[in-house]
Amino acid sequence: MNATSAPPPNEALIRIRGLRTVLNGKTIFDGVDLDIPRGGVTAIMGPSGTGKTTLMRHITGQLPPDAGEIVVDGVDVVRASREQLFALREKIGYLFQNSALLTDFTVFENVAFPLRQQLRLPEELVRNIVLTKLQAVGLRGAAELMPSELSGGMMRRVALARAIVRDPMLIIYDEPFVGLDPIALNQILKLIRTLNQTLGITSILVAHELAAVRQVADRIHLVAAGKIAAAGAPEELSRGDSPWTRQFFAGEADGPVPFHYPAPDYAAELGLSGGGA
Amino acid sequence: MNAAHRAFAPLAAGLAQIGACGRFLLHVLGAVPRSLRYLRETVRQVFFVGAMSLVIIMTCGMFVGAVLGLQLYDVLSRFGSAAMSGTVVALALYRELGPVVTALLFAGRAGTSITAEVGLMRATDQLDAMEMMAVDPLAYVIAPRFLAGVIAMPLLACIFNALAILGAHLVAVSWLGLDNGTFWSNMTASVDLWTDVVNGVWKSVAFGAVVTLIATFQGYTTPPTSEGVAYATTRTVVFSSIVVLALDFVMTAFLM
Repeated sequence: MNATSAPPPNEALIRIRGLRTVLNGKTIFDGVDLDIPRGGVTAIMGPSGTGKTTLMRHITGQLPPDAGEIVVDGVDVVRASREQLFALREKIGYLFQNSALLTDFTVFENVAFPLRQQLRLPEELVRNIVLTKLQAVGLRGAAELMPSELSGGMMRRVALARAIVRDPMLIIYDEPFVGLDPIALNQILKLIRTLNQTLGITSILVAHELAAVRQVADRIHLVAAGKIAAAGAPEELSRGDSPWTRQFFAGEADGPVPFHYPAPDYAAELGLSGGGA
Repeated sequence: MNAAHRAFAPLAAGLAQIGACGRFLLHVLGAVPRSLRYLRETVRQVFFVGAMSLVIIMTCGMFVGAVLGLQLYDVLSRFGSAAMSGTVVALALYRELGPVVTALLFAGRAGTSITAEVGLMRATDQLDAMEMMAVDPLAYVIAPRFLAGVIAMPLLACIFNALAILGAHLVAVSWLGLDNGTFWSNMTASVDLWTDVVNGVWKSVAFGAVVTLIATFQGYTTPPTSEGVAYATTRTVVFSSIVVLALDFVMTAFLM
């Protein structure tokens, strides 16, 4: 079977059916179905450790699932060859959770890296594009610094500039707001919205910051217990009466999502059960 | 898990590692043609693993040669054959000591730094980031280092041999008084270009491939933790040393 076929224009950019993943004996996904439309900003939210980053790794073909179908822009990423995956990734920008900057390169070289490796552009044009993207994240003046000279928030902004430098079809932001001060956060939110509105770039946002997500996301999918527990527009979900959304958005410890990692009885582990000596 | 299973588990794990390393080698060889577009990176790596290793190679070469000159002059004098010191030094160096000692030094100097560098790239998601930018890390990171090892090792071994012969000459001729003409003429008359020098170069090429393969494999597959990188670096030196010495025996048996 050919892993690539031209998708109908109105079809979802990403279509996931029957996704099942087991990692280290723990079921991460158990029959997830998900559609991500073209041209929108879709947020994936959920408690820590529910597999949001794993879902992104499935979408980009970095990690094959145990079962299920994942089609991105007409490419079946589960069955795609390495060449097909690389061709698809040329159209995807990915902001890593820990920035993943190339530590031996300057800020400028990091942002220029995807351009220089994929496109044969004149150096003057590369310079202009890189400076434009660095200006967008407020770090044009830091172009010659090394990653080791940057704060965590600044590194995320450089990684963001690198993710958008090729004006990709799809940008995946994995925890883009971590470590950002309120000014930088506001600017990054504006940038995500601008990229989406002016260039029609589809965005997937993995984040925990509900207030920030509400400002940019068209749709939120709440991942919990191996499923999509709830999905809808931000207002819909915050008004919804699903126990999942109520607990997650209110930040309550009690509810369907356990706060505690599975563990033996607390009292028994402390040796307090059974009446003592 | 029964006792037999437990007893054979390390053996099975070792065989699995060898199999994974073999598969990794095939992937690296497949990536070599694609890595030619990153020629500048390969040249940078030749400088890094080759030129940057020159100090240790030259220093050790000089001392190994000096010790050889001293020992051989002493031993051969007992049999009235001190004049053959230069010949024996050259044969020992070209056939065995040059390629093997250079490979062991290379594993300690360049192999460990390759493992640590690639391992840290793995631990900090830099390799994954390259994959996501549609840049193949096998072609951009691994293959240039592999090629650099294959190119640099024979050159380093030649330099090691040259400095070692110089060291032996300093001891045997300048210090112990062996005739200069005897030292050189016996050497040039007895050393064969193909069976001695070229075979030694082939060994160096093989050792360069093996050491950089082990170094890159250990770095590429290291667990993304500081302890993982530390163990991988240690394994590079241990495995490289064992494999180089074992391969030396096998190649000597075939090349003699």
